[in-house]
Parts: sequence; C-alpha cells; structure tokens
Amino acid sequence: MKAVLLLEDGTIIEGKGFGAESKISGEIVFATGMTGYVESLTDPSYAGQILMFTYPLIGNYGVTKDDYESAGIKTEGVVVREACSKPSNWRSEMTLDKFLRDYKKPGIYGVDTRSLTKKIRTFGTMKAILQTYRGKINLENLKKEIKKQKALSDLDLVEGVSVKNIKKFEAKEGKYKIVLIDCGVKMSIVKNLLKRGVNTTLVPYNTKAEKILSYKPNAVLISNGPGDPARLVETISEVKKLIGKIPIYGICLGHQIIALALGAKTYKLKFGHRGLNQPVKDLKSGRVFISTQNHGYTVLPRGLEKTGLKITQINLNDKTIEGLENKRLKIKTVQYHPEANPGPHDTNFFFDSIVNDLN
Amino acid sequence: MEKIGLKSPVSKEVYLVKEALKVAKEIGYPVIVRPAYTLGGTGGGAAFNQKELEETAYRGIKSSRIGQVLIEQSLIGWKEYELEVMRDLKDNVVVICSIENFDPMGIHTGDSITVAPAQTLTDREYQTMRDASIKIIREIGVETGGSNIQFAIHPKTGEMLVIEMNPRVSRSSALASKATGFPIAKIATKLAVGLTLDEIPNDITKKTPASFEPTIDYVVVKIPRWAFEKFPKADKLLTTQMKSVGEAMAIGRNFEEAFQKAIRSLEIGRFGLETSQKEEGCSLKEIRQVLKTPHFKRIFFIKTAFKKGMSVKEIADLTKIDPWFLEKMKNIVEMEKKIKKYSLKTFPKNLFFEAKTMGFSDKQLSNLLKEDELRVRKERKAKRINPVYKLVDTCGAEFEAQTPYFYSTYEREDEVKVGSKKKIMIIGSGPNRIGQGIEFDYCCVHAALSAKEEGYEAIMVNSNPETVSTDYEIVDKLYFEPLTFEDILNIAEKEKPKGVIIQFGGQTPINLCRDLEKNGVRILGIPTWAIDIAEDRDKFYKFAERFKILMPEHGIAHNQKQALKIAKKIGYPIIIRPSYVLGGAKMEIIYQEKDLMEKLGEAFGLWDGKPVLIDKFLDNAKETEIDAIFDGKTLLVGGVMEHIEEAGVHSGDAACVTPPYSLKNKEVAKMLEYAEKIAKQLKIIGAFNIQFAVRNGDVYILEVNPRASRTLPYLSKATGFPLAKIATKVILGRKLKEMGFKQGILKVPKFAVKEVVLPFDKLEGDIILGPEMKSTGEVMGIDEKFENAFYKAELAAGNKLPLKGNVFISIREDIDPRELANLFHSNRFKLFATRGTAGRIRAAKIPVKIVPKVSEPEKPNILDYISEKKIDLIINLASGKGTKTDGYRIRRAAIDYKIPYITTIPPALAAVKAISSQLKNSNLKVHPLRKSNYNKNMTK
Repeated sequence: MKAVLLLEDGTIIEGKGFGAESKISGEIVFATGMTGYVESLTDPSYAGQILMFTYPLIGNYGVTKDDYESAGIKTEGVVVREACSKPSNWRSEMTLDKFLRDYKKPGIYGVDTRSLTKKIRTFGTMKAILQTYRGKINLENLKKEIKKQKALSDLDLVEGVSVKNIKKFEAKEGKYKIVLIDCGVKMSIVKNLLKRGVNTTLVPYNTKAEKILSYKPNAVLISNGPGDPARLVETISEVKKLIGKIPIYGICLGHQIIALALGAKTYKLKFGHRGLNQPVKDLKSGRVFISTQNHGYTVLPRGLEKTGLKITQINLNDKTIEGLENKRLKIKTVQYHPEANPGPHDTNFFFDSIVNDLN
Repeated sequence: MEKIGLKSPVSKEVYLVKEALKVAKEIGYPVIVRPAYTLGGTGGGAAFNQKELEETAYRGIKSSRIGQVLIEQSLIGWKEYELEVMRDLKDNVVVICSIENFDPMGIHTGDSITVAPAQTLTDREYQTMRDASIKIIREIGVETGGSNIQFAIHPKTGEMLVIEMNPRVSRSSALASKATGFPIAKIATKLAVGLTLDEIPNDITKKTPASFEPTIDYVVVKIPRWAFEKFPKADKLLTTQMKSVGEAMAIGRNFEEAFQKAIRSLEIGRFGLETSQKEEGCSLKEIRQVLKTPHFKRIFFIKTAFKKGMSVKEIADLTKIDPWFLEKMKNIVEMEKKIKKYSLKTFPKNLFFEAKTMGFSDKQLSNLLKEDELRVRKERKAKRINPVYKLVDTCGAEFEAQTPYFYSTYEREDEVKVGSKKKIMIIGSGPNRIGQGIEFDYCCVHAALSAKEEGYEAIMVNSNPETVSTDYEIVDKLYFEPLTFEDILNIAEKEKPKGVIIQFGGQTPINLCRDLEKNGVRILGIPTWAIDIAEDRDKFYKFAERFKILMPEHGIAHNQKQALKIAKKIGYPIIIRPSYVLGGAKMEIIYQEKDLMEKLGEAFGLWDGKPVLIDKFLDNAKETEIDAIFDGKTLLVGGVMEHIEEAGVHSGDAACVTPPYSLKNKEVAKMLEYAEKIAKQLKIIGAFNIQFAVRNGDVYILEVNPRASRTLPYLSKATGFPLAKIATKVILGRKLKEMGFKQGILKVPKFAVKEVVLPFDKLEGDIILGPEMKSTGEVMGIDEKFENAFYKAELAAGNKLPLKGNVFISIREDIDPRELANLFHSNRFKLFATRGTAGRIRAAKIPVKIVPKVSEPEKPNILDYISEKKIDLIINLASGKGTKTDGYRIRRAAIDYKIPYITTIPPALAAVKAISSQLKNSNLKVHPLRKSNYNKNMTK
C-alpha cells in the first residue's frame, strides 16, 4: 500500500501506507516522546490531528489494550519513520498496523520525520491530508481539497469525544465525589482519582451547572480535550456559574476553559508542546518537574491580573503558563498532564493536592 | 531496596549442601552457586535442579577457602536495562538516557552490545523503571550528580529487579553523553558546585535549560571491541568479567543501520554484518553450541544461523536475545539475499537505496555484488544515492540546535551547512584496542585545537564514544562516523577541506590515506609514497641500504626453504613476521631451526602465502626510540626514550625513560643523524617516530612510524611542550624556527618514566612480554632521580614495590642472578628461589631459601607460598618451553593473588634500585608539569 501526505503549503510527501486504506484530513503535529504511542493514539486530545512521532521506530513493543486512554484511536492518522511489524513485549497483543486497521485509521511510514518536524517547528502546525491507497491517486484533487479544509480552530471536536450520558465510577473506599466534565478525558485521570478514593462522575462537556451541582460533588474537575478552547462557549458559560460555588480543578483544556471563564485569553502556539520531557517549574518551591504535555493552545499571561488567577507554574522551555490558582475561589489548574500515561509520574501529586484540599 | 519497595536478586550464604538445597527451594531454580574466596569464580556455576545443585554446591563448598558458597537467584535469560539519572541540590531528578542491552543478563554490560534508547519497553514499564531509579538515587543519597542504575526484567512476566547502582559517572554515562548530546560529567560538575539543573542552559539548544530529559530521534548502537587475538589462551566466552578493551558507537535512523555502522566502526575487517568463511562453514550443531554460550563473535554466528534457515524463535531460545533484535538482524540477512540476486548493472535503484538505509556499506555491497568497491560507489553516486547528515540535538528537533554534531543516514534532508571558512579534517583513531588507545585521541584533540588556533575550521571524524575528540565543544564540526574509506570520503566530498590530517589517529588513518588520496583528497604532512616506504619492510630495507642506514641483518622468504636459508645466513635468534602487518601482530622471536620449521608451517598457512620477513634479533641490545617533528628544514626531537626492558619486548609494552640514562652521546648523535636523513628523504612534514636498537656502540634502525606515535603525549608531558600541537602547526605550514625552536633535542627537566598497564588480571593466559603488544594503558612518573621516577611509575601502574619482605627469584640458566640477588640482600630482603637459581645465588655467598617448584613433589611449594601471601615480590623469567608449565603457573598465581611481579632482568634491577632509593629517603615529591610551556600558544 502506498501513502501520500499533503500539507497546506503544498509539500507532498510520498511514503508507504499501513493501517487502513483511507483518506483523512487533520492538523499535522509532532510529539517527541520515545515511548507511549498507544497512549497517545488513544488520547482524545489528538482528535482532529494527524500525529507524527519524532522517534523513528514506532510499534516496537506492539499494542496492549490495557494501555488505552480511551476506547480506541482518536487521532485521525499517523506519520512515522518506521512502523515495526514484528513487535516484542510480553504484554503485546497486536501490531501497530493491526491496531490502526481495527480503528480504520491510516498511517504513513518511510517519511523523513525529522525534516518534517523541522518544517513544522519553523512554519507552525499545518492542515494536512493523509491518504493510503493502492493504484493511483489524483494529487490535484487533494490539493483542491486541502484548500477547502477547515482549520483545527474552526472545528468542534469536543462533542465527538465527550461522553453522551453521565457515567459513574466508584472508588474502592470512596470518600469524596468529583464531577469530571468530560471534554475528551484520558482514562488515567479517572484512574488517578479512583486510586485516591474519589468517586468520579463523568458528565458530558455541555452539562448545565445546576445539574452538576445537583450531584452534590466535593469538587469539579474539567478534563483535557481537543481543539480550540475558545470554541467551547457552552462549557465556559456553565463553568462561570460554578465558580465560587464549588472548588474547581482543570487539566490541559480544562485549565484553559477555567481561565477563559474568568476572562483570560488563550492563543495558539506555533507548534504546541507535545512530549514527555517538558520541564515545569513550580514558582513557589523552585522545584522543577518533568511533565507530559499535549497542547496547541495556551493561556495568555497578559491581562491575567484582572482574572484573579495567579501563575503557579511555568514551562522552562518557553516560559508559558503551566499552572494557575485562585485560592479564594478554590481554583487550581495545570496545563500539563499530571496523569502522565504516557510520560513521567513526577506531577502525579496534583491529584494528591486535590484530595488534600477536599480533606 | 527493600525499604523503598524494590526487589533485588535473592541470595544467601551457606556452608552445607543441605542448606543450599533449602535456599534453592525458597528462591526457585535455576540458582547460581558462587563459592566465596576463589578466584575467577572457579568451582561455581548454575544449577537447574536439585541433582545439579547437589553436585555444584558440593564442588563449590570444597573449592572455597572458607567452605562457603553463595546461592543466588539466577537471572539467566533476563533482559538487562540501564538508566542514567541526574539529581541536583534542590532534589530535581532527570533521566538522561535509557539503554537496553542486546545481550541478556550474565554478560558484563561493558561486554554487551547496547542500544539507546530502550526499544522494547512500553511507556508503562519504562516509567516504572524511571520511578524506581529516582527512588534509588534519593534513597542512596546521591545529592548531586549522575548515577547509573541497572535493572533486570523477566522476559515473560516483566518482573523487575534492581541489579546494580553506581553512584557516580560510569562507562555508560560516557556512552549516554555521546548518544544523547547531553554532557553528563560536565553538568554533574556544575551541579556539584551548587547550580541546579534549571540554572544551567542546555549546551545544544542554548535557549532551553538542562532540566529536561533528552529525547532522541535516532538509534544508537555500541559494540565492544575485544583483543582476544592477542591473548590466544584467554577464554573467549563472555561472562560477568569484562574482557573488551574498547568500543565503537554508531548512530542511525533505524536499528539495522546503526548496528551495521557500529560493526564497520570496529575496524575488524567486516564492513557490516559480514560472516567469515570459517563461521559459514560451521554445522548447525556447532552453531547451536556457540549460540548457547555467549561467544564474542556471536552476532556473526547468529547471522550464519539465519542463513542456514534457523528461526528467530530458536535463536532467541538459544541466545536469550530479545526477538526484536533478532528480527532486525534477520531483515539484514533477507536484504542480503535480495541483493545477491543482482549484479551491479542490474541492481535496481530502489533496492540500492533501501540497502543503504539499512546500513549496507559500499564495500559490503561490493562483496555481495562481486564488484569493486569504487565501482559500487560510482554507480551509487550516478543513481544519486548519497548520504545525508542529521544533527544530534537532544530534543528530537523540537528546538533549533546550535551544536555541530552530525551522523550520516540515507534520507531526504541534509542538515549540514558547509561554511566558507578554510577547513582541516582530522581523522580520529576509532575504537580503543591494544596498540591504539587514547594516546592517539590526545593527539587528535591537540591537532584540532591547533588547527583552530591557526584559523581553520577543524572537522573531526571518529567512532569512539570514550574519547574527548568526540566532544562537540572541542571541534568546529563533529562527524560521529565509522572510520572507513567510504564514510570519510563522503564527508571529505561534502566539506571539501583544504586537507586531511592523518598523522594523529594511529594506524587507522594511515591505512586509509592512500585510497583517499587516489580519490582526490589532499593528505597533509607526509607523502603517501613515503608512508609506503616506511611501512613496507621490503621497500624500507632497500631505502635503508641506499641511504646507508644500519639495520639488523634481514631477508624476505617466499617459501620455507628460503626462510631456512636466510635464517642460517644471519644466524639465530631471529624475528619473523608476515609482510605488511602492523603493530607487531604475529611477530615472533625464534631461537632455533626446529622452532622455525614449526612456525613456518603455521605462518604460511595463516598468512595466505604472503612472504615472511626475517630479521636478525639483536638479543641483549638496548632499545630506544625518538619522537621528532620535521618542517623540511629543522628537526625537533621531542625526546630520546630508552626502554627499560631489553630489545624483543614490544615498544608499547616496554617501560621507558627519558632522558636516557645509559646511552652515550655518540649513540644519540647517530640517532639524530639517521632521523634527519630519513625525514629529509621521505619528505616528512610533521611528527614521526623511529625505533632503534643499540648494541656494542652500533645504532640499528628497527622501525620508522610515519606518524605521531603512542609516546608523543608522554613526551609532551615530560618536556612540557605540546608536541602534537606543534606538529600540527608544522603540517599547516609553519616553521619550527619561527615558533622559537632550534634543531635538536628538547630539554627534559627531570626523569620521566613511562610504565605500562597490562590486562592480565582480566584475561587468562601467560603474562610474558614479547614482540606482540598486550598492554592496554600507561602511566608516568616524574622525578629528579631516575629511581624515584621509576618507583612512582610502578606505584601508578598498580605495582606497589615492597620495601621489605620476601622476594622470590626464578631465572633461567643462561642469566646470572647474582647482581640482582645481592642488591635485594643488601636491602634486607629475604631471598627465596627455585633450586637451580638458588644454587647460583648461594655460589655468591648470599643466603637464600629453596622453594620447591610446582612440578616438584615437596610441599609447600611456590604456589602455596604465593597463595599464603608469604612472597612480596616475584621475579620470574621464562625459560623456553621445558619449564613453561612451572613458570606459567607461578606468573599466573602472581596475577591472581595480586603480588607485584617482574619478568625481565633490567626492570628487576631498576626495581631494586628504586626500592633502595626509597629506603634511603621515602619522601616522594610532587613536581608540576611546566605549565608555561604547555599552554603556550605557539602562534605568538
């Protein structure tokens, strides 16, 4: 099977195809983690995106269902240098190729991913079309198509990955209850809460504030998710209603939503942060943590003082905001992924601090 | 480990077989039996069931001096991983690199092929290991700096055990630094003085901090280099005792590429995963046997196994190597099969390209396609299949990088920017091996610094991760590449340097320079025709004759008859060697016709019918050497070095001293005269080395090395002048006079003694020094007095000479032991000797106690004396084959029980004089190197 990747700047990359025979469109982004492709591919935050791995050998240890972060692949397509067809690991259940075929997602391999990464680093994330095919295709048609393709910021991706109905998870010895607003939650967030004795109620992203409060939770947590946070007008307005009434926590997209609800602004980064090695500095303690990150948008520091939010943590690479807090309003958020999976567990303590607050 | 919830292998000490069985029942079979206090683990082994354990435990308990064995959980077949971790004062911890061993547990990690990053761990498993490492570095209490932590993983259950923790920068840290571009030792030093990771900028990106974890977008493979050819008696199986002497590292965009590049980086005559006829000739049964026991050539046997149709599963079962690696090796074998279907003419472009992406070298393809390498190269270039160079940047291209650290691959984009500045390319010395070690790296580093001082852009090519030359800060551009014709020419064609310096990387660049020159690369310093004369003995004989240079009598034999005739003519003893081999390889001293007959059968068989060179061996001659620099007019001699061992011991194994302590002015003058003559006639520009023998006032030339020699760094330190730097400037066109040097020998302010370090405690076999080099390192001692300098050098080499006690002497009949005995006696040593030697000592009225040889029935014999540590110094000279067993066992015991030993007379005399000097005044002084000279910028 052949494959072609077309970028909005006209770049055409030909390679070999794997996974499903299909054509998809999305925003092409790169992630720098050397492990964790299963977790990343199943991370709903990647909806609407074509994920390229900078590590050249992907699929080495196969695919294990136990590592899924949601029920299946959420990225639109995959770009790799080499897709391993003979994986080796005691937990492996299938190859990467089979995994993609099962979820009808296309992949391209044989790509100079480093060169493409540098392009994205220089020119920013781009619209792209990935097609796997046998025989011939008409590139001119693809070029016309990409011109009409909507940008990521014009897509409503959250409704596609959020639960439709509420879903309850009981902890073994549940002491607390949190309502988790699902904008595309990674299951590791739920698992981290359950592990700490927090009964978790997953609710759709557009659930009304009154409804949320009617569950009588100890706190509300807004999850990670895909796309431009500013498009989530409904969620933002409901969160506004919750502020001050109940402790609110946010992770990634959730962090951005809370900032927006308090009047802050968000903007799109040139190529985002996607990796497992991002240094986050806690401004109070001076400590540095290695964090997992996956976000294309970030909160604008300018004008933040009016919102009552205080910056608690920053990214040491580019000094962008990684954590916000408003003690009075009992708000605490992080831009990175304390639930890890993939990535280091250094910031797991975010969940401890939630439980601490509830005590 | 228990305290922080981590598991280590279970083990318990026992004294009885019954106890051993009980312990084994608790921890489960197989178990490893390790007897306490035996050397090299003799008497131990693995036991897979009760019956085997009964035997092994019994044997082990018996062979242990204290009747104790350790019963340990066996990790046979477990996978091995390493993590390099760093911590700062604020308790920030980062993992720099994960390393997966290709070889399973049971092989020392220094002897394992290793791969970075870890390949077969899921994120979950990797993070578990990362968490454990962080806990460990905190619990052990490494406050700042790096640590190396080793793990074993059960391949079927994933169970993780902590094997080892090194609370320091280790061999793997060096590898991890080169593999990731994150300089661990440098950062560790900054952390030690109190900086925190977030305060230190990332060297490579400059804009982001060091408080991050490097992520790479390539695969790194390290393969050890062994020197078993020098130690034929050593056990060639890989165990927990490290045996390799060096390593090569290679970077590629996939495993196959990195692996094959690493193999050709080893410089072992294989240009990828190539098998020898011998390996291919093995039967499946033999191969299975080799695969079961980890032999240092196992990767070649694995390839043969694939070629013979063995499955990945079977090979994995036999070798316990993860199938992931074996599948990749199989890919190479499959590709080879495909290639073989074509000739160069019919070889399709896409397959050609694919082969190159898998790391197939032109040479390897030329072997498969039955074509000349140059034609393969030409065809490749005609098809526009050219390497591209990628940057090592610590961050997977996320950030722009400033550091010029490159590796080649076959892909789309080339990241190298060729600047307009004039460039000088320096070829490094490749993996450390016996005869070519870090001395040459020292020279290469200085050459690079010197080229920079002279205003050039310095480009380094090397494949050895243990070197300074591969630090990207040293040079303007670093190519981490195999040192082969193809790889170097590719870079030269890209960079178009003004010239290539080949004088400092030892033999490696010398061997390549002719082919490079033929292909348009300008070789600086010495014409290649002159290298030919210096290296080809036959040509050199003629050269010496023509210019009236005295050499020992010699001849070239093309068959046995000729050889015997020549030997008879020049008289025994003689030295024989195959023509055109270097570094003393396969050289041998022959004392009688009978031995020559025997050797020649072997020689002509081994050396493919190539002629044999025969030289008169000047026994009892003094051997000396000089390192000199010539600029076309002025000859600057860095120093005259006098060997302490007599002629016959390889110059790399001989201790030496500068200035010479027993040479006559006339003899030194002759050496200088010869040196100037040779330099002028060979049109040498730069550094060279000449070895001489001096006997009865006659000075003979033994050898000319048309390059910087192993001793150049030693002389640089002894004289305080950076000779490699000076030589580089001369090569780049500067004159010695304008740098302030006059014709003649540099003054050495004090006595400087070089002593060698030998690997005999790691490798079995005899410890006698001969024409074949065996040492793996060297040390130096400086003092106003020769004796003290010698004592310091011995001390540094790990030979702590005793100042009192018992000395054992056993010397062959033709040598007089009296002077030696007398000196020891007058310094209040008690003398012990074998019967024969004792007789000769007693004849001089010196008291001596007779100790039975091993072969004599009386007890206690000399081995008992040694094992009971009753002997403080052993002087034992080999005496031909008759008593070989005795002498061998004594020398071996000396090594095993770590007792200082000496195997030739002159060093023994030097030793006793040094001891005597110490007894008179034991106050050893520290002398600074002359810093003013050493750091002087010669351009000013």
